[in-house]
Amino acid sequence: MMAVARAKSRKADEANNPSSQVLRFGADKPLILEAGVKLAPFQIAYETYGELNADKSNAVLICHALTGDQYVASTNPVTGKPGWWEVLIGPGKIIDTNRFFVISPNVIGSCLGSTGPASTNPATGKPYGLDLPIITIRDMVRAQAMLVDHFGIDQLFCVIGGSMGGMQVLEWTSTYPDRVFSALPMATGTRHSAQNIAFYEAGRQAVMADPNWRGGKYIEAGVRPEKGLAVARMIAHITYLSEVALHRKFGRNLQDRQKLTFSFDADFQIESYLRHQGMTFVDRFDANSYLYLSRAMDYFDMAADHDGQLAAAFKNTKTRFCVVSFTSDWHFPTEESRALVHALNASGAPVSFVEIETDRGHDAFLLDEPELFSAIGGFVASAARAKGLA
Amino acid sequence: MSVNSNPRIDLQVVADLIPDNAKVLDVGCSDGELLELLRNQKNIDGRGVEISQRGVNECVARGLSVIQGDADTDLVYYPDNSFDYALLSQTLQATRNPRAVLEHLLRIGEHAIVSFPNFGHWSVRTSLFFNGRMPVTKDLPYSWYDTPNIHFCTIRDFVVLCDEVGAKVEKAVAINANGQKMGFSMPWWFWNFFGQQAVFLLRR
Repeated sequence: MMAVARAKSRKADEANNPSSQVLRFGADKPLILEAGVKLAPFQIAYETYGELNADKSNAVLICHALTGDQYVASTNPVTGKPGWWEVLIGPGKIIDTNRFFVISPNVIGSCLGSTGPASTNPATGKPYGLDLPIITIRDMVRAQAMLVDHFGIDQLFCVIGGSMGGMQVLEWTSTYPDRVFSALPMATGTRHSAQNIAFYEAGRQAVMADPNWRGGKYIEAGVRPEKGLAVARMIAHITYLSEVALHRKFGRNLQDRQKLTFSFDADFQIESYLRHQGMTFVDRFDANSYLYLSRAMDYFDMAADHDGQLAAAFKNTKTRFCVVSFTSDWHFPTEESRALVHALNASGAPVSFVEIETDRGHDAFLLDEPELFSAIGGFVASAARAKGLA
Repeated sequence: MSVNSNPRIDLQVVADLIPDNAKVLDVGCSDGELLELLRNQKNIDGRGVEISQRGVNECVARGLSVIQGDADTDLVYYPDNSFDYALLSQTLQATRNPRAVLEHLLRIGEHAIVSFPNFGHWSVRTSLFFNGRMPVTKDLPYSWYDTPNIHFCTIRDFVVLCDEVGAKVEKAVAINANGQKMGFSMPWWFWNFFGQQAVFLLRR
């Protein structure tokens, strides 16, 4: 019980006073949300790696996915685990922090230090809960732009992200076409498909059906909708893997037993694995943040924002794009990337498109995939040459 | 004997047709050899389309802007006049609808450059004449039933197609078996017999 209480309070602290760096904006600098309201004061938590060069031309912005955070290449204070993209980012890595200044913000709506539903609402002194307005991908990007302004950076050398991070990358190139020299959207799309909305809605309903959710006011009540959030994570996690990989990894293997128990225990390894995924997730993530961020993805639709013309979203773009998809990703299938590439072609953008063959599903973008790294490496190196970054 | 002793011999011939700083789309760009040559020699703004993912990945690793796509289905997504030159090297014979592909090239590029192996070359004719079978050689290793080259044509066939789609031939170059350019003043029948490969510069 003590351990749980400590974890809980530490998490509440991370929401307001993160272990990372944090930039706070007062009432005079509100974030104007797409929902039509102002968010103020607000804060954005972030980490940086490497040094910004004299002409401020070597900045790389990393956009994280739904349950990601700013600890992209350093230890996560909640889990104690290494940064989530250390295979890609660090000294001597493909995104070499000896060359590039990497900025990794936590998105608005999350729970690791940027303003979100677990943050304290200054008007009430209590956590926002559902009083926080709905946050969109564009809102996240606008907040990030204010962080980039804070560094005095006019143009980012590269904006990189996968999944919901990829959505932010695309939104950056559309909202701030002059501020992005090169863009690497991976395993993403220009909208959430009906199937994706469906899976996330099932997850949200699981959270809200948990009696401990209490209309979103669970923090004040000192409880957490752990079971509902764990189920939401289990549902989503299935969409991040592929059938082939699940079969290869688990098959119908039994978990620590020789035969079926004729009960609802986790007989199968896959059940045990999913339960573990759900349980570890609730220790590090806020349930309301999960509602808000999944909603932000559902609402994302770049074509709809431009009268149904996706190409219009990238009008006059000068950004160099490298779009990456994975053959076994059914969360954001290759067809979504192809539609994006066609729109970029129509707008005349310099675009590369790489489909990586892998059976590791949507999450492949986070993994050590040599073909992915050679493509990213080639793209970043040529963009650096074009930008004059020796 | 073959129609294709060095399938990429045409690269420099194509490069010589393109001015500095042109905007170029290479359809069927393979591993990006031509685009890289053009980037280095002519400082072009180049894009590529390649059907094989392996080829695309090699191109991107070379720092080229290349997308995975199919000439038969994906050219429709390119706007009119979006490039100075639309190239199709050694790919025409592998398309399902060469006429439609050619029309797209002429629409997308102010100029189109098409290179292809000449199926009217004397070696092909003699192979068919004496053996009575479709030619299979070291450099053209496919049998008729497994070849990706489903629409071979001769130089004269191609000239007729250009006429049918209303393309003007601005320049045509034939390359003989030694990889040498053949004289410009030769009549079509001569090129059609001795030209192993042909490169055409076209415009609408």
